[in-house]
Amino acid sequence: MDAVLKSLIAIVGKHRAIVARDALLAWECDGFTVHKQLPLAVVAPETTEEVAALVRILHAGKVPFVPRGAGTCLSGGPTPMAPSVVIELARMNRVLQVAADDLYAVVQPGVVNLDLTTAVAHLGLHYAPDPSSQSVCTIGGNLAENSGGPHCFKYGMTNDHVLSAVVVLPDGSIAKLGSEAGPRAPHGFDLPAIFCGSEGTFGIATEITVRLCRDAEAVHTLLASFGDMPSACRAVSQIVGAGMVPAAIEILDQATIRAVEASIYRAGYPEDAAAVLLVELDGPVAVLEEETAEVRNFFAQNGALRIEAATSPTERKKLWRGRKGAFGAMGRLNTDLYVLDGVVPRTKLVEALNGIYAIGKKYAVVLTNVFHAGDGNLHPNISYDGRNVEEVARVLAAGREILQLCIDLGGSISGEHGIGTEKLEHMPMMYTEADLEVMARVRSVFNKDNLCNPDKVLPSRHGCAEVAKWPAMIARVLDGEGQS
Amino acid sequence: MSTTQKDLYQQTLGCVHCGLCLPVCPTYRVLGMETDSPRGRIYLMRALGEGRIENLDVVRTHLDRCLDCRACETACPSGVQYGNLLESVRGDLEQKAPSRGLRPRIARFMVRHLLIHQRRLRLAFSALRAIEVVGLRKLARILRLIPRSLDAIAPPVPGGTQRAPLKTGLHQPKGPVRGRVGLFTGCVMEPMFGHVNRATLAVLLANGFEVVIPKAQRCCGALLVHMGLPDDARTLAKANIAAFADCDVILNNSAGCGAALKEYGHLLDAPAAANFAKKCRDICEFLDSVGLTQLPAARNVTVAYDDPCHLCHAQGVREAPRKLLQQVDGLKLVAHARPEDCCGSAGIYNLLQPELAAEIGKRKAETLTKAGAQLVVTGNPGCMIQIGASLRGIGDHTPVCHPVELLVPPAAK
Ligand SMILES: Cc1cc2nc3c(=O)[nH]c(=O)nc-3n(C[C@H](O)[C@H](O)[C@H](O)COP(=O)(O)OP(=O)(O)OC[C@H]3O[C@@H](n4cnc5c(N)ncnc54)[C@H](O)[C@@H]3O)c2cc1C
Ligand code: SF4
Ligand code: SF4
Repeated sequence: MDAVLKSLIAIVGKHRAIVARDALLAWECDGFTVHKQLPLAVVAPETTEEVAALVRILHAGKVPFVPRGAGTCLSGGPTPMAPSVVIELARMNRVLQVAADDLYAVVQPGVVNLDLTTAVAHLGLHYAPDPSSQSVCTIGGNLAENSGGPHCFKYGMTNDHVLSAVVVLPDGSIAKLGSEAGPRAPHGFDLPAIFCGSEGTFGIATEITVRLCRDAEAVHTLLASFGDMPSACRAVSQIVGAGMVPAAIEILDQATIRAVEASIYRAGYPEDAAAVLLVELDGPVAVLEEETAEVRNFFAQNGALRIEAATSPTERKKLWRGRKGAFGAMGRLNTDLYVLDGVVPRTKLVEALNGIYAIGKKYAVVLTNVFHAGDGNLHPNISYDGRNVEEVARVLAAGREILQLCIDLGGSISGEHGIGTEKLEHMPMMYTEADLEVMARVRSVFNKDNLCNPDKVLPSRHGCAEVAKWPAMIARVLDGEGQS
Repeated sequence: MSTTQKDLYQQTLGCVHCGLCLPVCPTYRVLGMETDSPRGRIYLMRALGEGRIENLDVVRTHLDRCLDCRACETACPSGVQYGNLLESVRGDLEQKAPSRGLRPRIARFMVRHLLIHQRRLRLAFSALRAIEVVGLRKLARILRLIPRSLDAIAPPVPGGTQRAPLKTGLHQPKGPVRGRVGLFTGCVMEPMFGHVNRATLAVLLANGFEVVIPKAQRCCGALLVHMGLPDDARTLAKANIAAFADCDVILNNSAGCGAALKEYGHLLDAPAAANFAKKCRDICEFLDSVGLTQLPAARNVTVAYDDPCHLCHAQGVREAPRKLLQQVDGLKLVAHARPEDCCGSAGIYNLLQPELAAEIGKRKAETLTKAGAQLVVTGNPGCMIQIGASLRGIGDHTPVCHPVELLVPPAAK
């Protein structure tokens, strides 16, 4: 081991390596703080060649490794399962090329999502997928998680915006997947699509070519408050049912509104509303006027209490502020936060939400909802105290039941946050053994030795001891419940 | 766990690990390491509270790199009071095991025995000035008598008349009186930027305020708090509270001091201190709230305004200086990228972490150069020095001044 570490440090130099045990603590978890594991070391490369050199050494020494971007993942993606070396990519943050006329940019993986948009804003361009974490998370992390965001309802997820990627494969060889020449298919297998969403288990992307989009001629943002949640959801169904494609459709429930309004991300949402619905429309000015009137109509038909409209960038930014800061603001309610990520058909939103609130009550957990309503992508947030083992068990049990509910309603266990370690044990709820076997075979094509972010996504027999404890914890809660 | 430790630990629990503070942290932007980010530092402080840290020096290394600029506090949706947390933990660490090494020791000595004593400091500046006059600074530089980091940032020391301290006591305006204010003159501002203090006095008098400058005022103690020496700071705080007992409004023109003065309530935990803190205002914050009755002298100039961390992040004052500057006839504000990023000055940070401070300063200078303004304006002496030096470092000789210098009415000049 020492020899491997020495060789790694020789590649990046002392100041880009961390081996002190106490410092390593900072890397023991991501945004999913239930799962913690201390890495063996952290190394921070700056070029594709350095990444490849590091991976070759790790592969030869049979030492597991985990790529990491900004560590905002909500499913444990960059948290090691077994003691591993973390490859920290934040220093690889250069925009390598902007091809404005061809509408693409080549970036290093550590470029922060919003920094890319800022870098091309003067050209009237932007990078469309906008996770609520966009001011922090990296393009590499987005690619690995196939991240979405409010505007993905209209513009598509990360997968729709990646043209190609240079990837260091788990044996240290370098490959280029896809090509700049869009559209992506058909010229051979669509490898960027397979890599996208592989959660760091197929290799490390070191150069990513993404599509850039032209800014819309005009943008209107509307905020409506409702006295009850079903009315807000019905308004969404009607807007989409009428054939409109807003750029974004988001809903926040009352508890979320109150947490946001108490935080520095205060956006002036009415605190007495049961739900606020945020709808953004973009396109040519002439069309927008008409669509805005139509949306207002749907709001009114469903008994909206108050409607606010913003057209200037500063006003719009303010309306969005609250939504973008919503997760963090929930931190005001308790010491830890579990952000769930389930999907249901849009028409089942009301049913799903009723069920979710009921599950929250049943397990006596503090549960709030903020979600991408257009996609039926729900984010129930559970605030809890991670130091209370009994409470953690209840939180995990509630989470599992919520995901089961999503599946039962014809949905899925993740819209955008990935499986990571968090949903490992939920995979069999959704897939048969044969399904999972196909996935395992695909993974072994890229990651035969299971060294690159090992034991993530697909449940395995030799997973992590910590994660293995969860089913038992959940069972205890469920048992206790059966007895009462 | 001791009570303070428990208290600190409790504060770290407010962090839900969302990471929204990462992109605003200057050290994370330069180093790209979790341990040098706010989230990572809070996590280490939490581990300290949980008794999981084996080697205090490891934690100290990463906390020492923190600028205490508090940009992370502005960005945090969960309301983590990072500044308080950091200062308490630094104090705790300093008590357990004072930091070793030459740099921290020199810094501690300088702060304790020089910076916070106005007379000694003035003497030191006179000495520096003498060296300057006889051309000895170059020689001193060659002989490495002045630490290189200090030499790089210290601008030529102004001549004697400019350094003459403001007269203490009461200053009366010529016209009708709108009110009375106390003026905190600051220990660096006074000897190094005496002209800023004189401009402050002129603007206040011209705008109808009686100005009291108590003789008994002392250094605000900010640097001591930052270095984890709160007890020394408390002595100074008590002296200042007594010195300004008669004032209902206490003004200052150094953002760093202003932030510290406003936190006396936290430092001393006494009603008198909280009351004092409530009366403190930054000069721009005050002038904007009362309004200028005498318009500033006109100037045809383009200006880039850079927010001092301890004004925007610590005191939440952002618009006031800009609004005031816009009242200068002919002055045009030009925008530059990331005006709220720390310039790397941060008290004596540039003495303790010269390499990082230089890199952070260089990035600041580059964004300012790009904006191409004729004048850079910022309201804190440390920032004025650091930004000026960083600009010169990349060959840009744009002058740097304090907003209040541009607010002097023509008649008062
Ligand atoms: C406040 C908040 C809001 C969020 N909102 C959204 C949202 O709206 N939509 C959404 O989809 N997600 C959201 N997320 C989740 C998270 O931000 C995304 O999953 C994001 O893409 C993670 O990026 P990262 O840079 O932080 O990656 P990390 O968390 O560091 O890593 C994520 C995964 O990617 C892998 N990885 C990282 N870089 C590479 C690379 N270069 N090559 C290969 N693998 C790599 C890691 O191993 C890990 O498995 C949110 C998170 C937070 C904290
Ligand atoms: S923004 Fe606040 S809650 Fe989020 S990681 Fe930073 S300190 Fe923690
Ligand atoms: S105070 Fe400034 S340097 Fe320190 S962690 Fe916060 S943002 Fe970073």
